[in-house]
Order: sequence, then C-alpha cells, then structure tokens
Amino acid sequence: MDARELEQRPEEEAATSTEAPLSFGPLAAAFLAAGIGALVLGILTTLASASSSIKDALAFTDPVGPLSGKTTIAVAAWVVSWPILHLALRRRDPAPGKVYWATALLVVLGLIGTFPTFFEAFAAE
Amino acid sequence: MSLTDREWWAVIHGMGFGALFLLAFAGGLAGLYSLRPGLVTTRGIVERTRRLLLGTWGMAVAAWGTVITGTWIVYPWYRDAADPEAPRTLLLASEATANWHEFGMEWKEHVAWIAPILATVVAFGVTYYGRRLIEHQGVRRALMVTFVAAFAVAGVAGALGAFITKVAPVR
Repeated sequence: MDARELEQRPEEEAATSTEAPLSFGPLAAAFLAAGIGALVLGILTTLASASSSIKDALAFTDPVGPLSGKTTIAVAAWVVSWPILHLALRRRDPAPGKVYWATALLVVLGLIGTFPTFFEAFAAE
Repeated sequence: MSLTDREWWAVIHGMGFGALFLLAFAGGLAGLYSLRPGLVTTRGIVERTRRLLLGTWGMAVAAWGTVITGTWIVYPWYRDAADPEAPRTLLLASEATANWHEFGMEWKEHVAWIAPILATVVAFGVTYYGRRLIEHQGVRRALMVTFVAAFAVAGVAGALGAFITKVAPVR
C-alpha cells in the first residue's frame, strides 16, 4: 500500500489496532534470503582465492573479471531464495529472534568471506 | 575546468549515488528511530510512513546504483591490464601503494555488494508493515539495526574508494 492510498483513507480508519495481525513470515523470508546472498558472496570470494580454475570460471566477462561471476551468482542466490522462502513462510510466524540471529550469522560469515586477510589465507600458490 | 567521461562516471558512482545514499540514510534512520508509540499521532504515522518509504527505498536504489556503476562501469577501467596508467597497475607498481589494491580494493569491491541487499530488506520491511510498523517495535528495531549495518558496510566501501581514488584516480 503506498502513501497516496493511505492519505485517501479517513483518518479514523488509519487507527491500526483493529486489523488482522500481519504474519512475520514474509519479512523472515526477506531477512534469511539476504543472509543467503551475503554468505554466497563470501563463499565465492574465498573459493576464487583458493582455486585459480574457480576464479577463471567466475570471470563471466573479461573487463570485470571474476568479480562479475561472484556478484552475479550472489545476487541470483538472493533473488531466487527470497521468493522460495516467501512461499514457504508466508503464512507462518517463525520466532523473530531466531530469524534475526540466523540472518546475522549468515551476514557475518559473508563478511568474513569477503575480508582479504581471511580469503587470502586460502590463496592458491 | 573539465572532466573526462571516466571521471564523470567515477563522480556519478561515488559522489552522485553516494550523496543520495547519505541523504536517504539520514532521513530513514531518523524516521525509524522516532517511530514509537506516544511520539507520533495517527496522522503523523501516515506522514512518517511516507517519509520512511521514501528514505528506505531511496537508500536501496542509491546502494544498487553505486555497486552496479562501480562494478560494471568504473571497475573495468580501474583494472584494465592493457592500460599502463590504470589505477590497479599504478598501485601494484610500488610496495608503498600495493596494499591499497591488495587490501583496500579487494575488500571494497566485494563487501560493497552486501549493502544494497541489506538496504532492500529494510525497504521491503517498511513497505510490508507500512503504517502498522509502529505496532511492531521489535521489527522496527531489527530494521533499524539492519539499516545501520547496510550503511556501515557501504561506509567501509565508500571510505576505501575515496582513499584509493585519492592515491590513483580513474582517468
């Protein structure tokens, strides 16, 4: 619902407490999918450092090099996992705390995987 | 006083989308922080929701614009092996500057992509809950933390980008 629609409603209708509760599932799907995208980016960054054949395979375009494959696949993982998780969770109410912690863990692992000191430790000689 | 095409794209990537990103972050964070019962009237919730939608989607669009232009337009010039004046070549030519590429650019080019993903989650959350976000204070706090995380990640990438451009600009 956009702001214009909200404005068109009578003010008393804008009172929020009488409406059916919103399921947390769709937002949980969005959070978890973001975590998956970040994790895939971290894994691919580390794998590309560890293996020159993986690095070459990830060079989808010459001008951008392996970064093109890493980012394209990570964004694809995010874009594909989001609707799948959305369909799975849309009518459910997973515990928000668990979803936040799971997302934080996935994002932190993704951040670690993209940190040069970490992924260069696996660098192919 | 003029800029080359490449310099213009570097400006669009760093300063154009970057400025929009900062502006949207400030507005979005202020909106999320103050969206608490007792601080906002019913009419205020409607107005605040509109601003939050604008701020969070603005930040998401700016973040996507930054990484897409950075990776697909500016980065090929940065790493062009055929160009002896390419920033990557210049940085790696000296031990004193090699770390700007080996650590700075290597971190920046990867970590930056996490920012738009996180920013999009926040924009989706604000859109999904709309004016009812004020009823879900736990969700509001989680979105605010995610919003700040997106900004922090982009801040790392942006700061490294600014330093690298200072040492070896794309020309």
